[in-house]
Amino acid sequence: MKERAISHSVGRILIALCFLCSCAPKIPKEALQLSNESLQNRQLQTRRFDTDEKTLLAASAAVLQDLGFTIDESETKLGTIVCSKRCDATNAGQIAVAILVAALTGVPMPIDREQLVRASLVTNPIQEDETDKAKCRTAVRVTFQRIVFTDQRGASRLECINDPKLYQEFFEKLSKSLFLEAHEI
Amino acid sequence: MRRQSLIPFGLLILLVVIPSCAPSAQQILASSESQVKLRAIQTRAFDTPDKTKTLRTVIATLQDLGFVVDKADENLGVVSGTKLAGYALRMTVTVRPYGETKVHVRASAHFGLRVVEDPEPYQQFFDALSKAMFLTAQEVE
Repeated sequence: MKERAISHSVGRILIALCFLCSCAPKIPKEALQLSNESLQNRQLQTRRFDTDEKTLLAASAAVLQDLGFTIDESETKLGTIVCSKRCDATNAGQIAVAILVAALTGVPMPIDREQLVRASLVTNPIQEDETDKAKCRTAVRVTFQRIVFTDQRGASRLECINDPKLYQEFFEKLSKSLFLEAHEI
Repeated sequence: MRRQSLIPFGLLILLVVIPSCAPSAQQILASSESQVKLRAIQTRAFDTPDKTKTLRTVIATLQDLGFVVDKADENLGVVSGTKLAGYALRMTVTVRPYGETKVHVRASAHFGLRVVEDPEPYQQFFDALSKAMFLTAQEVE
C-alpha cells in the first residue's frame, strides 16, 4: 500500500514538472500559413467603392466614430486606421447556466463580463485618377477581433470575428457615410 | 512516513523550476539564438525599390493571415499586428530599402512570452508575402 502511495505522489510531481517545464507553449504550425478560409475571409471583409482613397478613409473614420470606436492609430500614407472599443459582453443564457451550475455544485462559474473589440481598416487604391474622383476605385478591408473578459479576471475568448452579418452591416453603414459626405450632410 | 518526506523534496524541485519560467529583469534582453542567425531567419530581400508598395503588401498579407494591424508607419517602414485565435501572436514587420533596387523585409513574431525563433513560421510568412508581391523572397547573408 505504502509503495503504491509513494509511486502515486512521485507520478504527480512528475506531471506537475512536465506542466511547469512546458509553461511556454510553442507557436501552432498553422499560425502563419495561408488557409483555405483566407480567401473566403478576404472576400467577406473587402468591398470596392467608386471613390478616391482619401475620401474613403475619411468616411470610414466617421463610420467607426458612429459605431463608438476610438481611433488608436492612423497612417494615411498606408491607408490604415486602427481602432478599438470596450463594451458589454454579458449573455443572459450564459448567466442562467452559470446560476444553475452554481446552485447544483456550489462552484461559481466564470461568466463573460466585457469585451475589447479591435479593428483595423485598410484601403487600397485600385484605379487612380487625379482629376476626377468619380473615376477612382478603392478597395477597403476591415478586420474585427475581440478579447472577452470574465468576471473572474481572466480572458475566456481570443478570436477573430468572422460573422458575415457584422461585415455586411458595417459596409452598409460605410456606403451611407460616403453618400452623406458626398452631399456634405 | 516516506510519503511525507517526499513533500519537501517536491517543493525543492518546484523552487528550482519556477524561477526559470518567470520573467525577470535579465529576461528583457535575453535571446537563445545568436543575433546573426536570428536575422537570417527573419529577413528576406525582394527585387523592388518601392518601399510603400511593399509595406502595403505586408499589411494585406497580415490581414490574409488573420491579423489586425496595431500600428503602421510609412516613414519608419514599420507595421505591427496581432492575431487572436485562441492564442495571441504579435508580429512586427520592417521594410528597409537596400541599395537602389531592393528592399529588406524583416519579420519578428512573439508568441506568448517568447520570441519565435523557429525558422518554419517565418518561411510560411515569407511564402505568403512573395505570393502577394509576385516576387521571390531571397535569403539574406
